[in-house]
Amino acid sequence: MSSEADNVDGSRRHFLVVATTATGLVGAALTAVPFLASWKPSARAQALGAPVDADISKLEPGAILKVNWRGQAIYIVRRTQEMLATLASPAVINNLRDPNSEESEQPAFAKNQDRSLKPEFLVLIGVCTHLGCAPMDRFQPQDAELGATWPGGFYCPCHGSKFDLAGRVFKDVPAPLNLRVPPYRFVNDGVIQIGSEAEAA
Amino acid sequence: MSATSNTVNNGSRMSALVGWIDARFPMTRMWKEHVSEYYAPKNFNFWYYFGSLALVVLVLQIVTGIFLTMNYKPSAAEAFASVEYIMRDVEWGWLIRYMHSTGASAFFIVVYLHMFRGIMYGSYKTPRELVWIFGMLIYLALMAEAFFGYLLPWGNMSYWGAQVIVSLFGAIPGIGESLVEWIRGDYYISDITLNRFFALHVVALPIALIFLVIAHILALHEVGSNNPDGVEIKKLKGPDGHPVDGIPFHPYYTVKDLMGFVAFAAAFAAVVFFAPEMGGYFLEHANFEPADALRTPEHIAPVWYFTPFYAILRAVPNKLLGVVLMGLAVVSFFFLPWLDRAKVKSVRYRGWLYRSFLILFAISFLALGYLGLQPATPAYTNAARIFGAIYFAFFLLMPWYSKADQTRPVPERVTYDAH
Repeated sequence: MSSEADNVDGSRRHFLVVATTATGLVGAALTAVPFLASWKPSARAQALGAPVDADISKLEPGAILKVNWRGQAIYIVRRTQEMLATLASPAVINNLRDPNSEESEQPAFAKNQDRSLKPEFLVLIGVCTHLGCAPMDRFQPQDAELGATWPGGFYCPCHGSKFDLAGRVFKDVPAPLNLRVPPYRFVNDGVIQIGSEAEAA
Repeated sequence: MSATSNTVNNGSRMSALVGWIDARFPMTRMWKEHVSEYYAPKNFNFWYYFGSLALVVLVLQIVTGIFLTMNYKPSAAEAFASVEYIMRDVEWGWLIRYMHSTGASAFFIVVYLHMFRGIMYGSYKTPRELVWIFGMLIYLALMAEAFFGYLLPWGNMSYWGAQVIVSLFGAIPGIGESLVEWIRGDYYISDITLNRFFALHVVALPIALIFLVIAHILALHEVGSNNPDGVEIKKLKGPDGHPVDGIPFHPYYTVKDLMGFVAFAAAFAAVVFFAPEMGGYFLEHANFEPADALRTPEHIAPVWYFTPFYAILRAVPNKLLGVVLMGLAVVSFFFLPWLDRAKVKSVRYRGWLYRSFLILFAISFLALGYLGLQPATPAYTNAARIFGAIYFAFFLLMPWYSKADQTRPVPERVTYDAH
């Protein structure tokens, strides 16, 4: 009995226990991979949520183009020099709730005054940050309905929220934040791809 | 044949059957160990109803939940309509669904009172640390269960509530956005998200909850129950080997708990029949409209049982820090056994220093719960910051005040007046 116990090679047993446990754990971890990966967006979800290309080569200055991306309307506006000039005017800036987009949601490249990659092209998610209505384009200044001081921008018909030509929200309206900017990049001068992030400029 | 011999005959047949089973399965042994010969302190008071009530609500949720799945359809196209179908067309479907929705709130009411009892009487202290930790794990699983279940009716508040809560994980630096995508399985809360939340709600978490409850009770029965005096009754045993201050759980506490259940059932039925929405607190008004990805409800607030933590989240101006503090507000409870340095367990023998902190903590918890339901105005946000600071002070300063506290000597035996 005692001789049997003496014959046990403790270090060999220890090695076998550790090796078996380690192999088992690696196997368990590898087995977990397919289960965890099954939670990622499926091929169908990816196809439905893929970035979309918008052809902007025929977009006139001052005009708006709307495309659908992930169930949301995306507004693309080709801004004129006059439109861009309003963004810097004190009359506009002093009336904005979040002029520097500190609170608002946008890719890092759009956290600037014109909230865009190239100032000429404004890309926004057309969903009001108040209750999700679709803001309308009211690009002409001095609008009959919106008053003589209206600099041009977006107006939400549901609850009267107003945004400037960079989607920045005005004070004293229900919407709390600027309109959101989706991730996008320029594939070339004539095509914007919505849904894929640009390299930091 | 006389009645007496019949009884004897049946009796002996019965005991033969029990013997047959006991030779193959520890039925009698388990019954004795956990019920008829589990000696619990004789001085349990009102606060001790909530443990057994939590078990009752768990059973209620499982039974009503099983019946709901028989008519519910976990798909974005059909979920909302299937819930309305249950409410209108399925016989007694409205009752089963209202029992389940009221049961969710009842679960949290009962569990919060049960937890407060544990804190008040120091039930987390040595040797009951694991009882407490299993209990906290049950609480975490319950929160997850409630959150996943809330998406299933596919109402607009379900949708945006899930949207807000899932987005919280986006605050984690680096992996946040991909983590959110992984949880949703899509780029927005979609049919895919609903389907997996359904699986977690009806299969994964109930199984986890049942196992954790078993572990909680086994750990409790290993060390024995605490009591309002915080006296260890096992120290003083009578000649029969049982604690002199202990009484068998059955029949004494089964009967007492039955009485508590009757009172609970009356209150529960009153809510189910007369106020199932509880003025928008149990079932939020915005949830009577189907989920709409393009239109958020005017004011997004979680259901009342999450609002203390939601208020903390909103009170912090930095998103990541807010999420971290919200998580800490829940996780802090786990550390109570090691934060508390007092020699005594029960609040009865602690001094006013500890009692003041405990009262302030309870007030803060309720106040944060109220603030989390309100819109985040500057005044409310500032109030949430003050109550949030008190909330965390209760935990952070505990090693100091629990030790500095003037405690009174704990008696040898439990205080008990025979009635």
